Amino acid sequence: MNAWQRCVVVSVAILVLSSVGWAQGSGSLSSSSCLACHGQEGVKDSKGHSIYVDPKEFSSSVHAALGCQTCHSDVTEFPHKLPVKKVACSTCHATEESDFQVSVHHLVMKSASSPACLNCHGNPHTIVSVHDSRSPVYALNLPRTCGKCHGNPEVAKEYGLPNVYSMYIDSIHGFALTRDGLLVAATCTSCHGAHKILAPNNPHSPVYRKNIPATCGACHAGIEAKYLLGAHGKALKAGVSDAPVCTSCHTAHSIVSVRTASFQLKTTAKCGSCHAERAATYHDTFHGQVTALGFVVTARCWNCHRPHEILPASDPQSSIAPDNLQKTCGQCHGKVSKSFVSYDPHANPHDSTHYPGLYYTARFMNFLMLAVFGFFGLHTILWFIRSMVERRKSGGKGEESASD
Amino acid sequence: MNQVEKGRYYYRFSPGKRLLHAILFTTFLGLALTGMTLRFSSAGWASAFAHGVGGLGAILFFHKAFGVLLTLAFLVHVGNILRLAFIKKRFGMLWGPQSLVPQPRDLIQMGQHFRWFFGLGPKPRFDRFAYWEKFDYWAVFWGMAVIGLSGYSMWFAPFVARFVPGSWFNVALLLHGDEALLAVWFIFTIHFFNTHLRPGSFPMDTVIFTGRQTPQELAEKHPVEYDRLLAQGRLEDIRAEAPQRWFVVAGMVVGFAAIATGFVLLLLTLFSFSH
Repeated sequence: MNAWQRCVVVSVAILVLSSVGWAQGSGSLSSSSCLACHGQEGVKDSKGHSIYVDPKEFSSSVHAALGCQTCHSDVTEFPHKLPVKKVACSTCHATEESDFQVSVHHLVMKSASSPACLNCHGNPHTIVSVHDSRSPVYALNLPRTCGKCHGNPEVAKEYGLPNVYSMYIDSIHGFALTRDGLLVAATCTSCHGAHKILAPNNPHSPVYRKNIPATCGACHAGIEAKYLLGAHGKALKAGVSDAPVCTSCHTAHSIVSVRTASFQLKTTAKCGSCHAERAATYHDTFHGQVTALGFVVTARCWNCHRPHEILPASDPQSSIAPDNLQKTCGQCHGKVSKSFVSYDPHANPHDSTHYPGLYYTARFMNFLMLAVFGFFGLHTILWFIRSMVERRKSGGKGEESASD
Repeated sequence: MNQVEKGRYYYRFSPGKRLLHAILFTTFLGLALTGMTLRFSSAGWASAFAHGVGGLGAILFFHKAFGVLLTLAFLVHVGNILRLAFIKKRFGMLWGPQSLVPQPRDLIQMGQHFRWFFGLGPKPRFDRFAYWEKFDYWAVFWGMAVIGLSGYSMWFAPFVARFVPGSWFNVALLLHGDEALLAVWFIFTIHFFNTHLRPGSFPMDTVIFTGRQTPQELAEKHPVEYDRLLAQGRLEDIRAEAPQRWFVVAGMVVGFAAIATGFVLLLLTLFSFSH
């Protein structure tokens, strides 16, 4: 329900409810008369629960104009009957209510502790606009609000969920929010939705695998466009279920800046978790060795293949297409010749068909190693034994002395 | 050998040869440490060492600097051999009993040595250089050529690529790394044993540090050379003062430091290779 629709519904509700009250001619109570009792600090019901409403806060809440009876419609006279009915937010917020009905919060957890409107929106008498910095669902406050449960290890354990709050707070999105105070930073609802939070395996969920590029693309539109042009994006569109999406490489909650060394050093292993053969041959190269040592001043997968618009060498648009190699390698190596880029950064010394030179060199070196150590290993062992025998014969004077 | 010779020393290696060996093993250790760090880059010790010495820049700087120093020593050595052999016309360096060039006699003596290992014959009498000493020398020569050429071609890859196809660089790294591993393992096992750690030389043969050996050592390790020098009355030409005590101690300290470094590197590389 958008703001305009809500405005109409609220106006109509006020009109209808107040006219009904007037028509009944009985007990139309003003807010001030309710607050005469409920505005007294410390006022409690017979069970000891606070029934206090802060008049000042109520007057600045979004619901102030509605007065008390709009929500507490069963209170028509003074003193009113007890017990007072629980207020149904759905009377006005019907769309939110129907969204919430299908959400994981409603479906999965029907216990008393499962979140309902007030768990996130706070005290109903002080509810302010989502754009008001006092609101618990204001962008800068939202992670803490969700974190009340999703940062609680007990809840995480009970429902088998990762403790996402701390992961998010230390992520680039979390930093953007907490350090930089950016309202545009992605918070929980940016990816999961607000009332209609669906499980990630629900095809309608914004975090369902196939929907993730569009969800991230809501902010990262340029990256999404590049991703969709690349092999991974094409595979996803073609229905390859395990095609990598944004979160496969960047993670969902622990997203860190791609400029950090720690992220860059992890990427080769990440790509290698699918491209195992490519990762193994990369590891044999100088590029791979430098990366394995923990230095980033060398080429890793996406320096050559690009991070999002990854294309096979057969595609002329690809960064590794033969005609583009000089430019791609030249990013680090400067102006290089065609011959220089005929180097294969994934050569496999076990593949005699594609790399005969490398294959036979490797076999020759294996043979040389075995021959040298086979011969001299034997030579050394036999010499050692003979020396000890001679030493014993000569009474410990050494092998050479024995031959004198 | 007579009693007169007790307490005497004879030169085996000139200061130039000892300096060459000192440069060789210092640069070799430096090259091996920095190179094996790259070769076994996934190992924890490699990463720790690389970060410890100041990062990739430091590793590459030292590797190249040691490489250049070793190349210069190698070129001076080769130049010196050519000068002595062809300008000074000392052809004995190229063939004959004093030469390091492998000769039919070496093959025969190797056979005899194996017979002696099994107790089937007397120990062969070696000349100035035994066959395994020649192998040590030529193994380094071959290694220098293979590792040096592949190393420089990778260092100056964009330039070298004007003359060779890019696939050479795939071969070059493999050759460079495998030949280096062969050299490292050979030096730290076979060479260490043959020249220092075998019962006949244990714990260390300091001749390469002091340049001097006793008449007993000369007569036992190189009997043919000893007999020839004695017969020709040339022993006096190589007569040396006894090495000063600090010199022997310094040689031992440096030698053991090199052997210890070598063994640590041997264990690390063997461990990482098997994983």
